[in-house]
Amino acid sequence: MEVVMRADAKVRVESGTESSPRGPGCSLRHFACEQNLLSRPDGSASFLQGDTSVLAGVYGPAEVKVSKEIFNKATLEVILRPKIGLPGVAEKSQERLIRNTCEAVVLGALHPRTSITVVLQVVSDAGSLLACCLNAACMALVDAGVPMRALFCGVTCALDSDGNLLLDPTAKQEKKARAVLTFALDSVEQKLLMSTTKGLYSDAELQQCLAAAQAASQHIFRFYRESLQRRYSKS
Amino acid sequence: TVEPLEYYRRFLKENCRPDGRELGEFRTTTVNIGSISTADGSALVKLGNTTVICGVKAEFATPSTDAPAKGYIVPNVDLPPLCSSRFRTGPPGEEAQVTSQFIADVIENSQIIKKEDLCISPGKLAWVLYCDLICLDYDGNILDACTFALLAALKNVQLPEVTINEETALAEVNLKKKSYLNIRTNPVATSFAVFDDTLLIVDPTGEEEHLATGTLTVVMNEHGKLCCLHKPGGSGLTGAKLQDCMSRAVTRQKEVKKLMDEVIKSMNQK
Repeated sequence: MEVVMRADAKVRVESGTESSPRGPGCSLRHFACEQNLLSRPDGSASFLQGDTSVLAGVYGPAEVKVSKEIFNKATLEVILRPKIGLPGVAEKSQERLIRNTCEAVVLGALHPRTSITVVLQVVSDAGSLLACCLNAACMALVDAGVPMRALFCGVTCALDSDGNLLLDPTAKQEKKARAVLTFALDSVEQKLLMSTTKGLYSDAELQQCLAAAQAASQHIFRFYRESLQRRYSKS
Repeated sequence: TVEPLEYYRRFLKENCRPDGRELGEFRTTTVNIGSISTADGSALVKLGNTTVICGVKAEFATPSTDAPAKGYIVPNVDLPPLCSSRFRTGPPGEEAQVTSQFIADVIENSQIIKKEDLCISPGKLAWVLYCDLICLDYDGNILDACTFALLAALKNVQLPEVTINEETALAEVNLKKKSYLNIRTNPVATSFAVFDDTLLIVDPTGEEEHLATGTLTVVMNEHGKLCCLHKPGGSGLTGAKLQDCMSRAVTRQKEVKKLMDEVIKSMNQK
């Protein structure tokens, strides 16, 4: 029988500040992940970051329409459903970002002429939504057993008007910020897989945010490892 | 070509590309302003073979209740079947939607026009600028061409003076008095394609985009500030490689600005 594991993790930065309630400086919100909670998809995961929650389901490798098939690798599809309303152009743009990130890590060549579909449903949005979607998608792909070259995670960085860096901002902080940058980093060398930004910022600030995101991604990858260890050690 | 990727690799080894360009060289950029007389502003941009035309129409609208002193700028990118065999008729495909969202983000992030400048009477009347970008020939690097076309067209827009008549509460348009828009910054997009996870080439053609393992677009304004760093997945990049891209984007921004200023000067002299 599948065991549903709930893995919680409180993340602390090396400077020793607790992450909840969040103090000044770089720290991530409390996050949690639950895998294998849906019965129909091949893999599913729910990722919580503070109050932001995204549910992901993965179907694949499965049959693909002849018009969409690629002869030497798997066709990846991402569907993102917002919490309210019909999906629009903004959702299409985010789907493209998530899809290209997954395509960079999934070993599609092992499953040619098949389709791997990732469906994301936004359950609640309290800031850093795209990063949460990326994390949920990664956990769901792992749960489905899709072969991947590396894991990936999403990190959001906000720059306020004084130039202070804030990781994993809430919706209020994102609104007040001068710039919001979202990065997707891979687990092997923390290379930048995907980036999308809002607002104006300088080149030096970009490098600063990237470095902070790379440090934060270490925590997230450690959390992935712990949650998977806990899940498989019981069964 | 039977093995397009191998063919390309042979050129990349010699640090050049099949069309004779260096890895950091852009295609010939040409711009033509004011060609559409029925639009309030227009521009046609050619980046090698890639051709994008932008037309801006200004209309009246009531500002929304949560932003009563702001006008609207509505961009729309259309990739018709005319420009490439990969697009079909019907509702906009994914590529068109993603490009439209990208242009909307660039306008929002770079604050190219302050929406407050488009307001005529707070709460009652404001301008809405409909920016329609149509691709006439798709040969790669659509984002750069669209951003440039949009900027050139907005610089060409002339809005008539509008006064609200106190007695009738109707808007009176004075077509004889027209003024240009206040363009605050000049955002310029520079696109790169990543090959084999290591090599970065600038301004990819359609075929190069197809063979590339990843793409990256940097939008920079003249103060060295980044408006947008758009990297939709693809192979990973280190911080150092990003830095090289930034410096190339800075030089490109200066080239494009110079070209634009020359064209506008020649227009005004007429």
